[in-house]
Amino acid sequence: MKAVEVKDLTFSYDQETNAVEGVTFSVEKGTYTTIIGHNGSGKSTVAKLITGLLEKKSGSIVIDGLELNEDNLRELRNRIGIVFQNPDNQFIGSTVRDDIAFGLENHCVEQSEMDGIIEEFAAKVRMSDYLNHEPTRLSGGQKQRVAIAGVLAMHPDIIVFDEATSMLDPQGKEEIKKLINELHHDRGLTILSITHDIEEVTAGDYVIAMNRGKVAVCGTPEELFRDTDRLKSIGLQLPFALQFEEELAKQGVKISRNITMEGLVEELCRLNSNM
Amino acid sequence: MPIKFEHVSHIYSDGTPFRYVALQDTNLEFREGAFTALIGQTGSGKSTLVQHINALLLPSEGTVYVMDREIKAGSEPKGLKSLRKDVGLVFQFPEYQLFEETVLKDVAFGPKNFGISQAEAEEKAKAALRLCGLSQEYDERSPLELSGGQKRRVAIAGILAMDPKVLVLDEPTAGLDPQGALSMMKLFRDLNQKHGKTIIMVTHDMEQVFSFCDEVVVMEDGRPKIQTTVQEFFRDSSLCEEMNILPPALIRLKDALKKNGFEIDEDVKDIRTLAKLTAKQVKHHG
Repeated sequence: MKAVEVKDLTFSYDQETNAVEGVTFSVEKGTYTTIIGHNGSGKSTVAKLITGLLEKKSGSIVIDGLELNEDNLRELRNRIGIVFQNPDNQFIGSTVRDDIAFGLENHCVEQSEMDGIIEEFAAKVRMSDYLNHEPTRLSGGQKQRVAIAGVLAMHPDIIVFDEATSMLDPQGKEEIKKLINELHHDRGLTILSITHDIEEVTAGDYVIAMNRGKVAVCGTPEELFRDTDRLKSIGLQLPFALQFEEELAKQGVKISRNITMEGLVEELCRLNSNM
Repeated sequence: MPIKFEHVSHIYSDGTPFRYVALQDTNLEFREGAFTALIGQTGSGKSTLVQHINALLLPSEGTVYVMDREIKAGSEPKGLKSLRKDVGLVFQFPEYQLFEETVLKDVAFGPKNFGISQAEAEEKAKAALRLCGLSQEYDERSPLELSGGQKRRVAIAGILAMDPKVLVLDEPTAGLDPQGALSMMKLFRDLNQKHGKTIIMVTHDMEQVFSFCDEVVVMEDGRPKIQTTVQEFFRDSSLCEEMNILPPALIRLKDALKKNGFEIDEDVKDIRTLAKLTAKQVKHHG
């Protein structure tokens, strides 16, 4: 079952050049897919198109088997949530409680049910103790957790994270990565994560690499990293383990193409222990 | 002349219920000509510290020495204008502060404010823009239509146009893609090595500290906890682990290999050296 199917998607901001051109990919339900590419490659535009925040020029977007159009836009937006990059640009309420309530109010949830729902989702993102806090008293990571709670309260099947950790400090990044992994593993949500973190890419199920508005590579992380020259030509870096493998090859030692540090260390140890 | 902090404390909202001690009895010296990284968790006092260097914040207690100037708690600071010309402070997301119609006007705004002619200011602006890798074709464009990375270069050029001796950078690559971040770091390295600027950079990125900086200051709870060379700091993973930060990939690999019986005794600064050492031992066993 496909969670997202995008076919021949094209979009232009200025009617002249296409920011997204002929993009086709699909995402299986329950998978963790990363989208990478340098700034200006069209990643965020794709995210905004599939969440219905931008209107396509041509092509089709199918969410959970339903083609996105003007009539079902509101309904489909409940199935696919999005968390943005800047924690300060998406905090609307004057307190954590108000912020989570905002989405619920827009969906005409009864006042009597509201508190229970807010508390449930605040607990899911470990923000129960902060319900009456103002945003100025929260860290970036905490604000992003509140944004995630607001999205979860809509009961989506799919969540798109648009560089949701890139403005956070290392501690905030870890908090959010852990939470995303929980949503994926424990709740079976389909995750689409736009990222520059090559280590996150290696941990995902699938990866879509974008370049100049088009899909350059679409497959598993292993498939992406197999073609080193292609990767470099679209301005992406190699995971550290592969950089090391290249350096070892220059020293006359051939090893297999490990994409993780653990795999690399394991293989080197095997080689070093006289086999 | 170095930049020196002597018993400096900074207290926000003193005398109110929101009183907050951001900097406590800090003693610290930044070496002239060095590229120093300032690291530590959010709330550890990094940003408060750097804002003292050009007297945007004044010490609540103690004295800050910046080159030949003295900024003392409780006394009116003198020569602020020349201090701010000498110390360029680049805030986080400086591109939010671009406001002029054209790139050239924006960059020329600073030097013009320091009392030189329009023509001279534009000369300085052009030189700073070229230094930041923005060719002449950008001069007459609106800063608003540039990409995030280009905007940030314009903002940094705006500081460089004032020809500061010291450059203070608060997370200068946050939000840029890896390629953009790398070329930005190379620019700072050039400014430090070829143009002799003293650089103090707040960062969370250990790969940057490892590859580009000379010295490290670790802030914790409003105090400098460690000050040492980059080489010493990354001798192994232990200092990083103690502070709950992920060491650079090269150091993690080196430590993992050592733990598993590889003999790597010397300091390893680059991937090639570690690959050489590893290859030698693997071949020996193979």
